[in-house]
Amino acid sequence: MKQKNLWMIRGTVLIASAACIGYGLMREEHLEVLKKAVNICLQCIGIG
Amino acid sequence: MKKITNEKKRNLIQLAAAVLINGYAAGFRKGTIFTGKSKAVCVPVLNCYSCPGALGACPIGSLQSLLSGYHTRIPFYVLGTLMLFGVLLGRVVCGFLCPFGWIQDLLYKIPVKKGNVPKKADRYLRYLKYVVLFLLVILLPVVIRDEFGFGTTWFCKYVCPAGTLGAGLPLLAGNVGLRQSIGALFGWKLTVLIMIVILSVMIYRPFCKYLCPLGAFYSFFNKFSFYRLAVDKERCVDCKACERACKMGVEVTKEINSPECIRCGACMDACPKNCIHKERLSKGKKG
Repeated sequence: MKQKNLWMIRGTVLIASAACIGYGLMREEHLEVLKKAVNICLQCIGIG
Repeated sequence: MKKITNEKKRNLIQLAAAVLINGYAAGFRKGTIFTGKSKAVCVPVLNCYSCPGALGACPIGSLQSLLSGYHTRIPFYVLGTLMLFGVLLGRVVCGFLCPFGWIQDLLYKIPVKKGNVPKKADRYLRYLKYVVLFLLVILLPVVIRDEFGFGTTWFCKYVCPAGTLGAGLPLLAGNVGLRQSIGALFGWKLTVLIMIVILSVMIYRPFCKYLCPLGAFYSFFNKFSFYRLAVDKERCVDCKACERACKMGVEVTKEINSPECIRCGACMDACPKNCIHKERLSKGKKG
């Protein structure tokens, strides 16, 4: 892969990931993650 | 002075990462989980958020959880976090940070006769992790709904051995109430875990090679992530010592940044000419 292309892909993905995180935070998705993560997940431990 | 190998450095980092990610020691003692705000942040590795020590959220669990909710929305926050780790590190996460990968590394150190998966079967089985990612983590949680309109976290519920080992066993050991609720599902998940443990003693990282949806996700980034390896073709004598040392089965001299490479550095330790190195970011040369 050429260096110029490599940097272009990296830059694009980096910006896209920052935009996704920002948009997700705006929609308060992190709070949904928190809500799920602070309760014992019965499916994860194999109970239900 | 004796040189510290990449393998030894890696083992220390793996230990530190496992302790750091699961630093809530009181959880193991009490049979409960951490409920602080850091759990809104996804860790880069497969580490169950119901592990008593977990300080962050599992990205694969979070992804399924958001997709299987009553109102399915594209989980931008989790996807963005995964993309960020992917573009920065690629599968360095698997090789250096993942506690379940580390456990498999330790199991493989047990001195018994090692097995080999036939090459053709191995080649096809490697695609299985992509099926797990698209089917169990993305498609089924969105498509199959119960009578109330909610989906299921299929991978967590039926497969994830990291959840059974890191969360199920310690929580059930310390929590009588949960122990009384054990049923057939737990038996199934325990069987999956035992099979992976047995296989890990004989085959190097079978879960990472064939089943891990997170490894599958990061593998898309390995070719262009900021952390890459390079072979100095001018100095390489084509002795293939690197390929013999690679336990992930990467053809190092042909495709060093293969989606299967977990950046463990075994090839670097094995090269007699020191011609495998980390790419320098500025020019893509030796770093």
